[in-house]
Amino acid sequence: MDFTLNKEHEMARTLFKEFAENEAKPLAQEVDEKEMFPRETVDKMAKYGFLGIPVPKEFGGQGCDILTYVMCVEELSKVCGTSGVIVSAHTSLCVDPIMTFGTPEQKEKYLVPLAKGEKLGAFGLTEPGAGTDAQGQQTKAVLDGDEWVLNGSKCFITNGKEADVYVIFAVTGKVEKKGRVMKEISAFIVEKGTPGFTFGTKENKMGIRGSSTYELIFTDCRIPKENLLGQQGKGFNIAMHTLDGGRIGIAAQALGIAEGALERTIAYTKERKQFGKSISGFQNTQFQLADMATKVEAAKMLVYKAALKKQEYVSNPKVSYSVEAAMAKLYAAEVAMEVTTKAVQLHGGYGYIREYEVERMMRDAKITEIYEGTSEVQRMVISANILK
Amino acid sequence: MKIIVCIKQVPDTKGGVKFNPDGTLDRAAMLAIMNPDDKAGLEAALRLKDQYGAEVTVLTMGLPKAADALREALAMGADKAVLVTDRVLGGADTWATSTTIAGAIRNLEYDLIITGRQAIDGDTAQVGPQIAEHLQIPVISYAQDLKVEGDKVVVQRQYDDRYHVVEAKMPCLVTALSELNPPRYMTPGGIFDACKAEITTWGRADLKDVDDSNIGLAGSPTKIAKASDKVRKGAGEKIVPDSPSDGVKYIVEKLAEKHVI
Repeated sequence: MDFTLNKEHEMARTLFKEFAENEAKPLAQEVDEKEMFPRETVDKMAKYGFLGIPVPKEFGGQGCDILTYVMCVEELSKVCGTSGVIVSAHTSLCVDPIMTFGTPEQKEKYLVPLAKGEKLGAFGLTEPGAGTDAQGQQTKAVLDGDEWVLNGSKCFITNGKEADVYVIFAVTGKVEKKGRVMKEISAFIVEKGTPGFTFGTKENKMGIRGSSTYELIFTDCRIPKENLLGQQGKGFNIAMHTLDGGRIGIAAQALGIAEGALERTIAYTKERKQFGKSISGFQNTQFQLADMATKVEAAKMLVYKAALKKQEYVSNPKVSYSVEAAMAKLYAAEVAMEVTTKAVQLHGGYGYIREYEVERMMRDAKITEIYEGTSEVQRMVISANILK
Repeated sequence: MKIIVCIKQVPDTKGGVKFNPDGTLDRAAMLAIMNPDDKAGLEAALRLKDQYGAEVTVLTMGLPKAADALREALAMGADKAVLVTDRVLGGADTWATSTTIAGAIRNLEYDLIITGRQAIDGDTAQVGPQIAEHLQIPVISYAQDLKVEGDKVVVQRQYDDRYHVVEAKMPCLVTALSELNPPRYMTPGGIFDACKAEITTWGRADLKDVDDSNIGLAGSPTKIAKASDKVRKGAGEKIVPDSPSDGVKYIVEKLAEKHVI
């Protein structure tokens, strides 16, 4: 077992760190305050291949591995949680399912421009009545000749209005499973601009305020028959598979936020003087920082382990990484919340002021315990596995 | 077109320069980076490659660790990399360095050689022009803009308050300023390829037309008496006078006080 990063990962870390510091950090406060989608940063990320990191080169990607992608989300999130989730939602929730379940034609048409960053991706599963309970889906898709007709709505969709390609889930019928009638769910690829596909409310959020979270509305929205993603009726499996990967992305975002808050707190406690000495000289500060650093390191190990496990899956699809992903997300998200809260406390009154980044980080951290499976869902996944 | 870019791995002086007790640089205490002027020169070469199609070879002399800077250049888009490394080349001053690099370049084909103006660890600005001299080709230093027109380069050569437009027929050598252009980032895929790429490694035996008396510490005429960080100018004094004439009066008084006038 080796905990040392190899040369390419070290270099990738340097690249992402430099990019995050130069490009994402200067805009982070404005992105948050004005709920501004950082289009300029996203365009630059596209130019440098950040939107297709784990995609093979034959599909326009960078041909790197999952760990490299994870480090990209982590470094971006250290300075801007919004930038981190934009890459995560695009890569894990849109690029990945099309790469995994798409037909050669779908890959050519959608995966290539997504991986090159010419198009941005999003994912629509959640509905007002269907969050953790995906069976609560109301959006319907009916086959009419050569087209599927979609009706319904999706809510809380990251990259909502800014994306070009959407992976959307809808009910396509009913099936009987173990004597129970269940909804048959299927996945579809929907393009922005399709007649009948519009945007509803923009959510005014606590954190990650620049990520363009919208409601998607489908009213007799007709998409070509060939835009069914994977087999009809396999939508639930596709969603669960996709979220397993997504959780690693969000775990990386949470890790980055925690690391960012820790870095700033270390620097601040060295500078801030009270009673004639730096507050880092007080044992309370030292012990708090020690706990924060230890938990961040533990989170990093779980997140990287999940990334490596998913990498194993890439070469051997029989490998499951859902427990590792759930553990990484559960732990990293809770550490992010705890570390950012302590960071604000150690900053004292200044921590409560918008100008100091830890305030934003604390707000950004909260969502990592909620989206792409709440911490409670992660506990369900983990316990179901250990008790089976 | 074939372009050679000479780069140097240097300690990052952004966070201040650290010295060993004997006055030499404490390289281990500082991060190693690609020299900024060299990086701007590499960017210029890569832009020419994007524009006209060119083969860009990066070359460095240094410890085996200097391969990191070459890999960074490959990850930015350079095509080939050459590392010149040998114990007998250690301790080289600008003369021995330029002799060595010219000896390596004699093995390569080129239309244009680009070097940085100077390295942030030595600030001599001598190696680029010396390489040109060894190779008997024209040199244009301090390039703030670089274009290729047919078989010649057209360079804006920076001056204190203006620039000169200088042309030279290729093959020639240009030394680049970091202001020449902001360097691009590496790409993740470029990094993965760069780590798999083979770096050509040459030693003393591979240098062409180089005499032993001109390499390494023994071949370095420069003797360093003392090394120190640059002396920074003070922040000065800022005043906001009530009127321009008050300001003039104050400045004249200060100058008189210091016996400047």
